[in-house]
Amino acid sequence: MKILVAVKRVVDHNVRIRVRPDGTGVETTGVRMSMNPFCKHAVEAAVQLAEKGQASEVVIVSVGPKQSNDVILTALAMGAHRGILVETDAALETLTIAKLLAKVADEEQPDLILLGKQAVDDDSNHVGQMLAALTNRPQATFASEIVVKGSELEVTREVDYGRETIAVPLPAVVTADLRLNTPRNAALPMVMKARSKPLAVRPADTFGVDLTPRLTIEKISPPAERVPGKTVGSVADLASAIASEVNEMEAL
Amino acid sequence: MSVLLLADHDKGELSPATARLVAAANQLGPVDVLVVAENPGNIAASAAQIAGVRIVQVVKAAETAESITNSLESLAQRYQSVSASASSVGKDVIPRLAAKLDIQPVTDIVAIEGANRFTRPIYAGNALETVTDPQPKHLLTFRASAFRPAASGNAAPVENLDLSVTSAARFLAAHRTESDTPDLATAQIVIGGGVSVASAEGFQLIEKLGKTLGAAVGATRAAVDAGYAPNDWQIGQTGKIIAPDLYIAIGISGALQHLAGIQGAKKIFAINTDPEAPLVKIADVALIGDLFEIVPQLIAELEKSGIRKPQ
Ligand SMILES: Cc1cc2nc3c(=O)[nH]c(=O)nc-3n(C[C@H](O)[C@H](O)[C@H](O)COP(=O)(O)OP(=O)(O)OC[C@H]3O[C@@H](n4cnc5c(N)ncnc54)[C@H](O)[C@@H]3O)c2cc1C
Repeated sequence: MKILVAVKRVVDHNVRIRVRPDGTGVETTGVRMSMNPFCKHAVEAAVQLAEKGQASEVVIVSVGPKQSNDVILTALAMGAHRGILVETDAALETLTIAKLLAKVADEEQPDLILLGKQAVDDDSNHVGQMLAALTNRPQATFASEIVVKGSELEVTREVDYGRETIAVPLPAVVTADLRLNTPRNAALPMVMKARSKPLAVRPADTFGVDLTPRLTIEKISPPAERVPGKTVGSVADLASAIASEVNEMEAL
Repeated sequence: MSVLLLADHDKGELSPATARLVAAANQLGPVDVLVVAENPGNIAASAAQIAGVRIVQVVKAAETAESITNSLESLAQRYQSVSASASSVGKDVIPRLAAKLDIQPVTDIVAIEGANRFTRPIYAGNALETVTDPQPKHLLTFRASAFRPAASGNAAPVENLDLSVTSAARFLAAHRTESDTPDLATAQIVIGGGVSVASAEGFQLIEKLGKTLGAAVGATRAAVDAGYAPNDWQIGQTGKIIAPDLYIAIGISGALQHLAGIQGAKKIFAINTDPEAPLVKIADVALIGDLFEIVPQLIAELEKSGIRKPQ
């Protein structure tokens, strides 16, 4: 089985972001960037399938600026075989990204496409589902377990009521949730080795996909700040504060 | 200008959040509800009672992403907007449908600013993005917790559609948490437990406090990862989004990914040993101390005071 994993370079999830005062966006200059956490789980799942002998090749693809090479290298250091950067400095919408990935999937013909379920910058949670539609494949989103059963996958998904298991015939698209696995930290020799693995760079405007955004972003604003509260000294005080909230609710 | 809204349901019952979604969709035009289910009877009957619903359309089919997407697709051309909840089902199907229709969707909407202007949170709710959608058709998901429910008392007609939808994916099994606590997404009071609750038994204490107040129970990712609480209790950027009148956070540090899920709470109370915990800093009322001492005393105090639960 051949696996294609799509990864995204985002503002590191530990960074407390700052909205630019002029409302044009979130400050990203001089901010630490890294691989989107969900993408790391997707890469780890692919590498584990390769280690179990269930996958023959793991190809990494990222759509983004030149610096996205860094996250591809991280994935190669984790054990993936080769990388493709679809290079663009433009901020692309999720549908455009899915269309570019569909072109790559057309060329690569992977049996399984793995992605993170969402990126922690725009929090969209779109691309896997869109890519499944564009490549006419079944999808298993929010995966917390993937079991290969012949030419099918049995995927357990995290859903609002708990978990559910579905069977998807290959070729398929699966998006990773956080409890799928524990991503490894690549050891230094693997990091060195990653630099010698093939990494193709292809300009995004050579795929025949219209990169123009459909939506207009009017403004980015910070959320309302909460007013600071008080500390109470005893359980009795806490209980009476709760009681007065509950009474107010009933008055509604 | 009409809007098609996909109804969420579980165990043959309409999701309690649906009235909120109808209210949201109604800001854009008349709302028709679509129910895709194997046993749609009760679900459709409940949806028909929500004020603002024009008609309930029913497709009897398996509930996979493909069958739901195909059902929506066959109706989509009649509507200017096709919408769903930003729930695990809506998140699964709306982007798939959007790609089929070549439309960029707008999802997780928390405010409708105009006929084609929407606000949605990004960066775990640390920023809000307002977009204009000039496309001929809108594909949308709404965060139920951000909208007030529509009234009931309607009797919209129910129409069965004879669609044959196919799905390569097959449903095999549901693994659900049996619990009689209220729905997290719509509860008026929510109690959240962190990893410091330290065990599944510890969570029984949290649940007991929940019962005393008629509250729903939630957890942090760390508590779920440790196996103390089921995954569908997770609150946050990658779990459920809540907007209760009162959230009581017990032994929770307040990581930004957790805060992402509770920004809509009117009041936040915290119990924590650490006065410097971020959650204590944003709490309206905080009590500093050990949860294992405080929570049993708190249950006793509340029982003694004969607190009346919200309905
Ligand atoms: C991509 C990504 C997505 C994430 N999504 C989510 C999400 O959706 N939801 C979520 O919750 N997290 C999420 N997380 C995890 C998040 O970053 C935190 O790790 C998590 O919220 C911490 O949980 P906690 O507060 O239970 O644990 P901790 O941070 O360990 O905090 C424990 C708290 O308990 C207090 N404490 C300890 N003992 C006691 C006691 N006896 N009595 C009272 N207080 C006590 C401590 O002072 C501390 O404040 C995500 C992380 C990543 C990277």
